[in-house]
Amino acid sequence: MLTYTLRRLLLSIPTLIFISLVIFLLLELAPGDPLADQPLTIPPEVRERMRAALGLGEPVYVRYWKWLVQFFWVEPRVMLDAWLGTAMAVGEQRIISWQFRAPVFDVIWQRLPQTLWVVGMAYIIGVLIALPIGIISAYRQYSWFDQIGTFVAMIGFSVPTFFTGVLLIVIFAVNLGWFPSIYDTTLRVTDWPSFVRQVQQMAMPVAVLALYNAAQISRYMRASMLDNLNQDYVRTARAKGMTEPVVVLLHVLRNSMIPVVTVIALGVPSIFGGAIITEQVFKVNGLGQALIGAIYANDLPMVQTLAFIFAILIVLFNLVADVLYGLLDPRIRYD
Amino acid sequence: MTDVLTPPAPEAAPKPPRSPWRDVWDQFRSHRGALAGLVIFTLFLLAAAVGPYIWRVDPTFITIRARNLGPSWTYPLGTDQLGRDMLARMIAGGRISIAVGLTAMALSLVLGTLVGMLAGFFRRLDGPLMRLTDLFLSLPLLPLLLVMVMLFRESLSQRFGPETGIFILIVFAIGITSWMQTARIVRGDVLALKEREFVLAARSIGTPPGRIITRHLLPNVMSPIMVSATLGIANAIITESALSFLGLGFPPDFPTWGRLLFDAVDYIRDYPSRVIWPGVAISLVVLSANYIGDGLRDALDPRIRGR
Repeated sequence: MLTYTLRRLLLSIPTLIFISLVIFLLLELAPGDPLADQPLTIPPEVRERMRAALGLGEPVYVRYWKWLVQFFWVEPRVMLDAWLGTAMAVGEQRIISWQFRAPVFDVIWQRLPQTLWVVGMAYIIGVLIALPIGIISAYRQYSWFDQIGTFVAMIGFSVPTFFTGVLLIVIFAVNLGWFPSIYDTTLRVTDWPSFVRQVQQMAMPVAVLALYNAAQISRYMRASMLDNLNQDYVRTARAKGMTEPVVVLLHVLRNSMIPVVTVIALGVPSIFGGAIITEQVFKVNGLGQALIGAIYANDLPMVQTLAFIFAILIVLFNLVADVLYGLLDPRIRYD
Repeated sequence: MTDVLTPPAPEAAPKPPRSPWRDVWDQFRSHRGALAGLVIFTLFLLAAAVGPYIWRVDPTFITIRARNLGPSWTYPLGTDQLGRDMLARMIAGGRISIAVGLTAMALSLVLGTLVGMLAGFFRRLDGPLMRLTDLFLSLPLLPLLLVMVMLFRESLSQRFGPETGIFILIVFAIGITSWMQTARIVRGDVLALKEREFVLAARSIGTPPGRIITRHLLPNVMSPIMVSATLGIANAIITESALSFLGLGFPPDFPTWGRLLFDAVDYIRDYPSRVIWPGVAISLVVLSANYIGDGLRDALDPRIRGR
């Protein structure tokens, strides 16, 4: 298992380097000029110097190498400096966002808490809803509960999040006025009323995403439970005189959780990046909105870095899912 | 889908022989959701295909005096902020959205089947092609789509005109980011099929690989391909409307359902119905496509069929 994990980790390095190259080269083709918004009265030689200051004067491979060095060597040390109070990376060139004229990673650290709170909470709630629904749906297959559950799940992943979000805004923000339609990032939770307001503004985005996540995971849970409920060991357990809750919740559930856990792990990267649309609908200024804003503003370093971070997360959690599968299911050994 | 493909079932000797497609249809019919989905999907297709010839109103015609009207006999769904007829815009949007969905699905199916078939049939290509598939699966797709649209929108619309250019771009972008699942399914099926006796027989009478693929393997992997086709339509329509919703899809003159929703969000407080119509249309089409896929999966699975 350990050798397998190590081998996969080593294999993911060329994959990631290739992905970073693809992202970098794709953005190289960008037609936009980062100096387009500067006044036309700037003399050409000054304009050239400004381009050089943004790091645009050099050939592609030099810039790619510099970006890799900044991403993998400078930024981690800056992070360590901030945590440990050391001064390893003082004065080194960091990845600078053209839009904010500030280091990209500073912007990411500002945006991360909102994303984690809203989208992460939605994911947890979605999983917590999906598991019992999947279990009951499978146990009472074709009952009215299962029919309704199937229908709701079908709606959950057919209705796009931008429509459910807008629909919730129409109902709960415009007509009923229960929740604010715009997420207020400056709100600090200090006392009970501010906590209530935080809950109110989180309710709608969390509900939208939780429905979407729950729809998918509950389908997997149901299918996996159905696979296991007809197995011989279940009959054996019943024949031994185990009570029904023990059979279902101990024997069957533990075995059916194996594929579901990997599905849950595979969904984690989407917590960070996939909620672009929901963040846009509710104006949560998280990572997804940072990406959209950067794309509109032609802010290439920001787009590159964010897209690459998402790619790293996807590769990492693919690996985690595979390793988890091997750990949980002793029948599967990779070596 | 007629009797051409019929191998007579040996055990059904007393009764007249039934074609396998008949069995599929019978099983499909028993799935109530799938049947409803088929009806709704056909209705939307018809509305998009024939609609402009029945409701002859120009979707881009501006009547500035008739802004923001509610439903009436002249404007069954009301008008938008520039006085354009919403029904005509919905029909025009449906045409583009469904066209994008169908073409992008076709592209992704062709790509996925090609890659899966090559990887499954030729052992030497298996490793590289599957690594490529894994690579595509680990790309952050939505950000990449947004970036692609941002980069190539200008140049393509200059070359092909604003509508065709962006159509090509969006179909291409959705197609090359959604073929991976089909490729994996096809590869798995082909790997199992090519060890079967009929392939061995074909090989031993000297059939060239190309003919084995088209004549023996392709018909046998049709059913998973058909299922992923229906799911692919749903996925493509959602992706297109998501791009339009983020403002990176079709230009404002060419309404799609996502674009209509995006435009209506600014007026959500006063005219919520303009958000509801395109949203309901997208949701219904995608829901029905998903239900059709569900029903097809059951109907084409011989283990479930006939039970």
